[in-house]
Amino acid sequence: MTTPLEGYVGIDTLTEQIRKKALRQGFEFNVMVVGNAGLGKSTLVNTIFKSKVSRRQPEEDYHTPSTVEIKTISHVIEERGILLKLSVTDTPGFGDQVDNTNCWQPIMRHVNEQYEKYLNEEISIKRRKRIPDTRVHCCIYFIPPSGHSLRLVDIEVMKRLVEIVNVIPVIAKSDSLTLEERERFKATIQQQLIEHNIRVYPDLENLDVDDETERQRNLKLKERLPFAIVGSSTTHQVGSKSVLGRKAGWGVIEVENDAHCEFNHLRNMIIRTNLQDLKEVTAQVHYELYRHRRLETLKKVPLDSVGSTPSSPSYDIPNSEPNHNKVASTPKLGETGKAIAASQKEVVEALSESKI
Amino acid sequence: EAAGDYNGSVDEGMRTLNLSGHVGFDSLPDQLVNKATNQGFCFNILCIGETGLGKSTLMNTLFNTNFENEPQHHNMPGVKLKANTYELQESNVRLKLTIVDSVGFGDQINKEESFKPVVEYINQQFENYLQEELKICRSLFSYHDTRIHACLYFISPTGHGLKSLDLKTMKNLDNKVNIIPVIAKADIVSKGELHKFKIKIMNELVTNGVQIYQFPTDDETVAEVNASMNTHLPFAVVGSTEEIKLGNKMVKARQYPWGTVQVENENHCDFVKLREMLVRVNMEDLREKTHTKHYELYRRSKLTEMGFIDDNDGGKNFSLQEVYESKRNDHLNELQRKEDEMRQMFVLRVKDKEGELKKSEKELHDKFDKLKKMHMEEKKKLEEKKKSLQDEITGFEKKRQQAETL
Repeated sequence: MTTPLEGYVGIDTLTEQIRKKALRQGFEFNVMVVGNAGLGKSTLVNTIFKSKVSRRQPEEDYHTPSTVEIKTISHVIEERGILLKLSVTDTPGFGDQVDNTNCWQPIMRHVNEQYEKYLNEEISIKRRKRIPDTRVHCCIYFIPPSGHSLRLVDIEVMKRLVEIVNVIPVIAKSDSLTLEERERFKATIQQQLIEHNIRVYPDLENLDVDDETERQRNLKLKERLPFAIVGSSTTHQVGSKSVLGRKAGWGVIEVENDAHCEFNHLRNMIIRTNLQDLKEVTAQVHYELYRHRRLETLKKVPLDSVGSTPSSPSYDIPNSEPNHNKVASTPKLGETGKAIAASQKEVVEALSESKI
Repeated sequence: EAAGDYNGSVDEGMRTLNLSGHVGFDSLPDQLVNKATNQGFCFNILCIGETGLGKSTLMNTLFNTNFENEPQHHNMPGVKLKANTYELQESNVRLKLTIVDSVGFGDQINKEESFKPVVEYINQQFENYLQEELKICRSLFSYHDTRIHACLYFISPTGHGLKSLDLKTMKNLDNKVNIIPVIAKADIVSKGELHKFKIKIMNELVTNGVQIYQFPTDDETVAEVNASMNTHLPFAVVGSTEEIKLGNKMVKARQYPWGTVQVENENHCDFVKLREMLVRVNMEDLREKTHTKHYELYRRSKLTEMGFIDDNDGGKNFSLQEVYESKRNDHLNELQRKEDEMRQMFVLRVKDKEGELKKSEKELHDKFDKLKKMHMEEKKKLEEKKKSLQDEITGFEKKRQQAETL
């Protein structure tokens, strides 16, 4: 199949050309943290990015917001010549009400609003060369370290979030659990996730099947979820070293020590190995799914008509207004993804038939 | 072009933070490159030029291989575009290379319409991409991009200037594709003439407002070499896949009685410059400009032509997809209607002709019958005459016999 080359051409310089372009253009990354107040969300983000990305609420004037608020802060950080525009979205008030019914709605609205913004720009006649990407690439969900199991609200929220965004669950403030308690807790959570068919990131169905090493690495990561983490921006002296950690009466919990917690794994996954993949899955899977649904609901023809319109899986979108909150009844991502692939094939066939 | 091309802008209120330790996102370019490499790349070159200017040879030389291509003859009735796709690989980079050749370009007596098939081809590739982009259920990321990234325009080495065909063609292409003009078979032109030739060509291009591709100067690592190369346009190229021994090396060359032209010798021709610019430095920029400049222009004008406007209110062009599809369907239905009409007319015509033929057939039959009848009557008359003559002969014989016995 490949045409043999009888000498050096220079095609392999493409990787260098792409690298240069990426350096020039810089990168964007948007993270969202979801969890109850006091679980260490801001601290974790600051620990991952080694800077004061999020501002912790000063305890004196801390008040419980009466609804779930969405607050996004953006920064530009630079490392070895690489520029990264980082946006962190916090969700104060989440899960803190007495009645937490529908607490996921503002979050889902925010995620979908970013898709909507992007779609609007993409569909314009006069559109920008590079569409600003505010889509949430990664949503870290904080599980309180009860040691028992996921709460009802955790299940309900995660169930819905995984349909529209990459969700990485973590056990917050895990220094209150012993290693055995931690393992048992994790096992219970993993089982619950399977039971409720909650597909957290990395979802192996969305992976590039080609790269075997990547696949293996992601499999290992998946076995470790949810990561048990501890966050801190203060350093302490341990022996001769200065480490990031939390000082307790009984010792120092070192954040970057694998024997103490799994912070390194989380940080490495999000930043050092899977960042690009998180963005690509957001763009190629979640966004495409949103776009598909959005454009579908505008059609006046019935959803399963044949011809140049794709026949979509038969899910009912209870929509008179394209309100993004009402996504409760949508099917699981996996099935929809497969169905989309199938209808995609149909579209291609139908189009090629109707072409003159 | 956005100032500095930095993605988006630094918003007010966005702070630049200092990091207190190594975070690790400096691996981002690697992550990006790995993903891109896994997916593979594609690059599409269009070669335009008269038959016999060495387009195929140049492609073979450029890519160090032999793309099977028979030399074309000169009596094509019109211009046709022929595309061939090849899979190339160098270390871990896989490239799907498509070379589109303009067959028959410049061979006709009347070349007024020569540029049209080329423009149509380029537009068709944009159209295909646009349709994919507008699909509700689409797979843009695995789509085989066939849009032309670079157009090599081969100029005849007359030494005098551009032909009007050249100017007309390039003027019609410059807002659709990145044009890189090259002087073909440059070993025909002497060195002194070459310099004057290049200046003449560039002047003519400027005078006629033809925009050719400029190697970009916004990346400081390549700005200098690109700027310098821009002054050497159009590249005077010589192609050859034959190797001659020179000293103790084998080099690609063309051998004449008066000397040997070495393809990769920068004193002899600009081949090395072309390869450097086209493949090793600016391939990615060519792809990006095609997508962000030429394709966007096509998309914008196509959608505007179809009557879409940006509604700055809430309800945007979400029906874009629907209306585009319905307009396409309308167009297809119109074509179908015309086809049916033609078919009907054809059937009618056939019927008429059949009727006419039947009538003629009948006339012929009648004529034939009449002739036959006439013939029969004639025969009858002759028979009667024959009989009466026979009777006369018999009577005469009798009389003779009577006379003899007397």
